[in-house]
Amino acid sequence: MNLYFLSFALFLVGLYGVLTKRNIVKVIIGAAIMGYAVNLFLIMVAYKSGATYPILLPGQEPQLMVDPLPQALVLTSIVIELGVTAVLVALAVKIHSKYGTLDLRKIRRLKE
Amino acid sequence: MIAPYFVVIPLLTAFLIVIFGKKGERISGFVALIAAFTLLVLSLMLFPVIDSEGTIVYEVSGWKIPYTIALVIDYLSAFFVIMISLIAALSIMFSLKYMKKFTVNRGYYALFMLLLAGLYGVAITGDLFNLFVFMEIALIATYALVAFQGEAEHYEAAFKYAIMGAISSTLILFGIGSAYSLTSTLTMMQISSNAATTGGIYLLSAFFLAGFGLKAAMFPLHSWLPDAHPSAPSPVSAMLSGVLIKVLGAYAIIRVFYIVFEPSAIVNEALVVLGTISMIVGAIMAIGQKDIKRMLGFSSVSQMGYILFAIGLATPLGFLAALFHMINHAISKGLLFLDSGVVEENEGTRNMEEMQGLSDSVTRTSTLMGALSIAGIPPFGGFFSKLLIIVAAIASGRLVYGLIGLVVGVMTLGYYLGMLRRTFREKKTGSRLAFSIKVSLVILACLTLATALLMIPALKEGFLDKAVESITNREAYGLLFGAGD
Amino acid sequence: MDEKRGMTLIVKTITRFTVWLIMLYGIFLIVHGHLTPGGGFVGGLVIALSFIHLTLAFGKSSQAKVPSEETSHILEAAGVLMYLGIGIVALIAGLPFLLNFLGKGTLFDLFSAGTIPLLNIAIAIKVSTGIFLAYLLLTHMGQVSQEEDQE
Repeated sequence: MNLYFLSFALFLVGLYGVLTKRNIVKVIIGAAIMGYAVNLFLIMVAYKSGATYPILLPGQEPQLMVDPLPQALVLTSIVIELGVTAVLVALAVKIHSKYGTLDLRKIRRLKE
Repeated sequence: MIAPYFVVIPLLTAFLIVIFGKKGERISGFVALIAAFTLLVLSLMLFPVIDSEGTIVYEVSGWKIPYTIALVIDYLSAFFVIMISLIAALSIMFSLKYMKKFTVNRGYYALFMLLLAGLYGVAITGDLFNLFVFMEIALIATYALVAFQGEAEHYEAAFKYAIMGAISSTLILFGIGSAYSLTSTLTMMQISSNAATTGGIYLLSAFFLAGFGLKAAMFPLHSWLPDAHPSAPSPVSAMLSGVLIKVLGAYAIIRVFYIVFEPSAIVNEALVVLGTISMIVGAIMAIGQKDIKRMLGFSSVSQMGYILFAIGLATPLGFLAALFHMINHAISKGLLFLDSGVVEENEGTRNMEEMQGLSDSVTRTSTLMGALSIAGIPPFGGFFSKLLIIVAAIASGRLVYGLIGLVVGVMTLGYYLGMLRRTFREKKTGSRLAFSIKVSLVILACLTLATALLMIPALKEGFLDKAVESITNREAYGLLFGAGD
Repeated sequence: MDEKRGMTLIVKTITRFTVWLIMLYGIFLIVHGHLTPGGGFVGGLVIALSFIHLTLAFGKSSQAKVPSEETSHILEAAGVLMYLGIGIVALIAGLPFLLNFLGKGTLFDLFSAGTIPLLNIAIAIKVSTGIFLAYLLLTHMGQVSQEEDQE
């Protein structure tokens, strides 16, 4: 139960990074940390105590194994976050070339 | 056997457009148009097929149901598929001539096809994690499309939209993890037929409401919409505001909260209250806007408030009103965004104070019809759907909310009339529109009148009532789990 | 070997030893994707890393044999079309999409598990050229400020 709270705490660390940092690159890293937190949470959902890794090697009988479905979810989630991070970094490069700065407080040409 | 074509055809088209390279620059638009019309024909065939064979359940890769991803098309999904195909086909027809001024057109059409594949996938899937994957495909395509017109403000708007989208996707993934640990399955039909889903349901509801609420532009998570929707090219704005916030927001909320899990009182209250606040905030902020597309963006926030309020009432009349308002708003808002693209092209600016009345009569008439339909003037379709929402509010005992809906409706009429007066002044020498642009505007304008015909009892039962019944009849969805073997 | 571009001589010498190790490891991960953890995505990433290693060490316009930009575009789309093609072959024959129609073979063999190794190879082609293309475009984009956003 304590481990689930740790993954929520990591999510809050990432959220703090997104909300308060001034540099665009730090905001992107904050979003990536939120992604790592949710991947940890998904893997922890799969755990059974006393079980082994879910791979069947030749010459071994099947034993009690950890749940492999959330591991497939985590693989897919990592790929999706790679795509989102790539788009965010490309946008950051173009913002730097247009505005000349990476400071979020100066990138406010859109009116409220 | 019709189900996988909705996802296979857009993906195939997208990558065929990329592989033709620079030689295929001119035919990429026509390839996309052919694909969109094929999908429109396929989607119109869905209702008769479901009438004769029952709900379509399709198992991908031929494995049995709990171990595979199932595609489930019932009346609700078919309704949304028809809405997506209609707006998509007309947007692509509009963008054949409109996008001539940009250079990399094959990138635009490929991204548009990927967006379509994601939207269809969300509408027809029967698996909770598959919903997340297709939703991300559609969203990443929109992050790139919003920044397509390479000015500085467009990149800034796309960046803010992408960060907020990333936060909400993470919250949805937390919710999916919690749902898996509660019910140990991801197939939506199996969760719906399991009775033991209480306990821990509040955490789940909070995650899903926050995540899908941001996609549906619910207050207080609506601030990305007036920045992102004006920055996209006009056909993409029509798709975003007309289809994306409804499929990823309202459809996902209906599917998760009312069909997969049991309807709970606290979620209904939250949707009613937050929907009403979105209505009011959107209308107030839209009155003082000078930029035409920003005003349309705030108007989208306000109309999504109406839809979420009607969903939160949780009565059959409320669901009927919400679905009808969704299709009216999709057609009218799509028409208004396409028109604003033509107006921007003619006048050279988006600021309503500086416009000089250079638009021609097709644009003026279609904008007038679209605006009157959203503001709720008879005999357009928007009048009937707004009337149904207010009647549903009064019928379930919430008189104050009905009164607020009426007042906001009057405010909506106010700011739309202001827009019409400032944009279309004394007519100077009119400019000529291309044929494909005229055809798409005329078809959409006729549809704003035609949806009022859906209130005729024969058509209403054949079309809307069946979709409403698939929402209220939750046991039928759970029974599909055993029958689909 | 051009000595003015790319990195120093030490880096170039070491690269000639390590690049083929990285690429071999990537191919191992792809081919054994149905027996051990790995599969198409991770193997594709590692092969893309080997391309980036070559480009960084020897400079962009040297004789290093990495795919050029146009070739990467075409190969990337070809990877996805191969994946969709395997699924559509099943659709044409009247079976469900993406059915595993080749013979399954014996357990733990290298040539077993039906169409899964072919799907792994298709994904690896797409991922490796896609990530290498993203790297090439990101290093272009800082200088030329008129391209649209492409991934």
